[in-house]
Order: sequence, then C-alpha cells, then structure tokens
Amino acid sequence: MEAKRELLDLLLSDARESTEDIARQLGTDAATVEALVDELESEGAIRGYQAVVDWDEVDESHVRAEVELNVELDRETKYRDIATRIAKFPEVSSLRLVSGSFDFAVDVEGESMHDVSRFVSEQIAPIPEVTQTVTHFVMTTYKERGVYFGDGDDDDRLAISP
Amino acid sequence: MTARESDGESSPLSRRARETPPSGIRRFFELAEEMDDLISLGVGEPDFSAPWAARSAAIDSLERGRTSYTANRGRRDLREAIGEHVRRYDLSYDPDEEILVSTGASEAVDLAMRALVDPGDTVAVPQPSYLSYGPTVSFAGGEVLPVGTRLENEFALTYEDLDRAGAASASVLVLCYPNNPTGAVMTRKQLREVAEFAREHDIFVLSDEIYAALRYEDDHVSIATLPEMADRTVVFNGFSKAYAMTGMRLGYALGPPNVIGAMNRIHQYTMLSAPTTAQYAAIEALESCDDAIAEMRQAFNRRRNFVISRFNDIGMDCFEAKGAFYVFPECPPGWEDDEAFAEALIREERVALVPGRVFGEGGGGHLRVSYASGMPELKTALDRIESFLRAD
Repeated sequence: MEAKRELLDLLLSDARESTEDIARQLGTDAATVEALVDELESEGAIRGYQAVVDWDEVDESHVRAEVELNVELDRETKYRDIATRIAKFPEVSSLRLVSGSFDFAVDVEGESMHDVSRFVSEQIAPIPEVTQTVTHFVMTTYKERGVYFGDGDDDDRLAISP
Repeated sequence: MTARESDGESSPLSRRARETPPSGIRRFFELAEEMDDLISLGVGEPDFSAPWAARSAAIDSLERGRTSYTANRGRRDLREAIGEHVRRYDLSYDPDEEILVSTGASEAVDLAMRALVDPGDTVAVPQPSYLSYGPTVSFAGGEVLPVGTRLENEFALTYEDLDRAGAASASVLVLCYPNNPTGAVMTRKQLREVAEFAREHDIFVLSDEIYAALRYEDDHVSIATLPEMADRTVVFNGFSKAYAMTGMRLGYALGPPNVIGAMNRIHQYTMLSAPTTAQYAAIEALESCDDAIAEMRQAFNRRRNFVISRFNDIGMDCFEAKGAFYVFPECPPGWEDDEAFAEALIREERVALVPGRVFGEGGGGHLRVSYASGMPELKTALDRIESFLRAD
C-alpha cells in the first residue's frame, strides 16, 4: 500500500514522468512500477491521465462555469439517477454531490458564455428533478489541481553556496 | 586593491584578514554568474520555502510590533521548544543554562571556537567537510589539523583516521554528520569509536548536526548521547536546512553550562540576540510543522534515489549517501581532476557542480552535487552530464 501511495504521489505531480525515472525515485525497477500502475488502473484507483491546461495561454476561446444545482428527490429517483443523466453530457467536465446549500457542483465547459448559458438553461434546468441552478463563470484560474498558474518565483538562491 | 593594501607590511588589514583565503567556491560562483540557462546543483539550501505556518508566525510577530531585542540566549519559550524538540534525538538540555539561540548555526560554531580555542591550540577537522570550519578556527587563533576520511568507509570518521592524523594532540574535534559535502552519516557504533578517542585524549567535540532531520534510512544519532560525552560536546543545529529557513538566520547550540555561558558572553557583545522575527517563526516551526518537514524529507529522499541511480548508470561512481541533500560522485574515468571536470561541465553544458577538493583532504576526484533542486532541473542536469560524457 505504501508503494502504491508513493507512486500515486509521483503521478499526481507529473503523470508524464517516465516509468524508469519513477522507478529510480522509488528505489525500485521499471517492471515493478509497471505492475503497480496496472494494478491501480485495474482496481479503478487511477481513472485516467490528463493535462492541466492554462486556457489563457491557448489561442482559442474556452469558457468554464461552475454550476450549483439543487434537486428534489422522490421515492423513485435517487441522486445517482440524476447524476447519471447529467454526467452523460459532454459539456459537463466534472460532477460532484456536495454538502451545504446546494446538491451538485457541476463544471461546464464551452466555447463561449452563450454556449454555456444555453446548455445550462436548455439541457440542465429542464430536468424534472432540478429545482434551481446558479451559474458562476470562471474569470481567471490561479491554481488548478495543485498546479499554480502564476509566473512562478525566480530561484534567487546563490548559484553556488557552501 | 591599492598598493598599500597589497603590501602586507603596511596594510591596515589584520593578519587574520589577510591570511583568510577566499572561499574555494568563489571562482565557480563567478563562472556560474556569467552563464545563462545554467542549472546549478551547487546550491547548499533547500528549494522549498519555509512552511507557511512559520512564515505566518513571522508576519504576525511583525504586525504586533515585536521588533525589539530578545534575551541574549534567545526567547525562553523558543529555548523550551528547542529543549523539547531535541528529545527526539535522546538529547536533554536545560533551557536556562544549556541552550543558546544564535544567528544561524554558523554563528554558534564561531562562538564555540572562540570560547574553546586559544592561540596555538589544535582543532581536528575531518575532511571533506563544510568550508567554514577552518576559517573559524583561524579567527580564534587555532591551527587546523585536517583528518582525512575515506571513501572505503563511506566517509565516516574512524578511530584509525584520527590516530593516523595525529589528532591525539588536538584540544577540539569538529564533527559534521550527516555531512556536507558527502551526505555521509555515522552509526552509533562508528560514533562510539570517535567518542572513545575523544575521552582517551581529553578532546572537546563540536558536533554540527544541522542536517540531523535529513537522514533517510535510520534515526539520527548524536555523539552527545554516548556515555560521558554530553559534558565534552557542543551540539549545533538550526532551522536553515530542515525547515528551509536559511534566510531567517537562526540556529542553536546545546552544551554544558560553562561552555554555553562562555559562548553567550561572546554572543552578547557581538550579536546581542538572534533575529527576533525569526525566533517567532522558529517557535511555530517546532510546534506545528512536523508534517511539512516530513513531506520535504520524502521529496529529498526520492531525489536522492534518483541522482545516485543516474550517476552510477552514467559511469560516475556514487556511494549511497544517507543524509543531508548532497551526493558525492567520483569524477568519470579519464577525469581525475575534479576542478577541471567541474569547469568543463559548467562551460560546455551549463551545469554547475562543486569540485570536491574545495572541501579538503579526500575530496579531490569527487564532486559535490546538491539535490536541493526540483526533479525537472535534476533530470535536465543529469541528461546534460550524460551527453557531455558521451561526447567526450
């Protein structure tokens, strides 16, 4: 378990790191790392590998909104049923059931604010169990999944020191 | 330099100032300064920032206007926290009489030299080791006796090393384990031999344990915990390395009351007290930052595994350093001269390593490599070194 945890730490910081480099850091061999990754994938612990993108640096329009969703359940409908329906939309990049003043936190992505608004109003809001949506457009991303989007501090340590 | 300054007879400079050689790393520092796109593995400080809780405590202390001097020995609550902290190494010291907070561990070393060394006294300094011990011995008027350690012992100091170097005549012995620059550590058994030598020849020990928290495979052992050693040892530690607080300049010394008292007398006429803001940061660091320190140590350990493995694979033999954040690989075949190799590497591949010989006897033919840089820099640096060796 400890080895898997360490491996996950490394993949979380850089999933593109080579198997060989990961093996060196963990003091093991590449075959062992491959086997651990296979296990983690087949257990469903690792669900995928994605880049963390700063869309402001990409020359194309990209809009993201965080949508708060309130729903009303009945005897026949559970949170999972509603989630299954919403998760199928390709515009939805993440979906979580949360505690607090609303039920679902939904990340929606599109090419324009109009796109995103229309998706929420025409696809999400009409779902019978949905009672309220509140849409927050993302203005600027400063940090995403642990990666800071600032310019970064220059290394001002002495180049050579005792 | 004016003609007057260059003339030793009429120079206004003291003999000690004139005779203090420039640091052996200065030339490499200047070379590195000229380079763009340089990757430096010559850095002796962590690439992390101090844990946020410690920084926040420093800010809070400033906001509250706590900018006055503290007690010469350091704030009592900090000394109490230090006393509590070092119990993890089985060390027990009275915060009132046996602990002194200093302006970095370096100041504490200087104070101890001045408190213990008379002109003409001999101070045994195992080598390779941190550059500053020799000059502090000279500033106190003492003579350095270099004691070479050996690769075949993984740079641990042995009774035989001490005996062979004539250290029986020394009044003070300096230890630095985990070691800068080799990353060597010493086991309890190995320290017992050194303690035996010190007791037999009535030698006082100055044990610089600034890297104690950065020991990767087993627990740190302080020589002061061995029988009859607490009364003849001053232990140095501080916040620069484990807590990534180099710029805060805060260290401490632990030792018998008479020696700590003497060090404090010198300290009160020179520094008065260590930086107040840093003392508040240090209290918080000791009280609440163990998890942050553990994360840094884990990151250092992975980098250590990586760099040792890569150096061995590219033909630069590297023994398994077990502490601090340095490895000490040998020069590659065909490159016996570490200075020449380091210079070629910096000029041709823009990678800065520190030649081992600047750290004294036994360091020649090696290079000090700090892994206190991020993995991307370490990978690029190792790739560049490998490409240099292939082209050679």
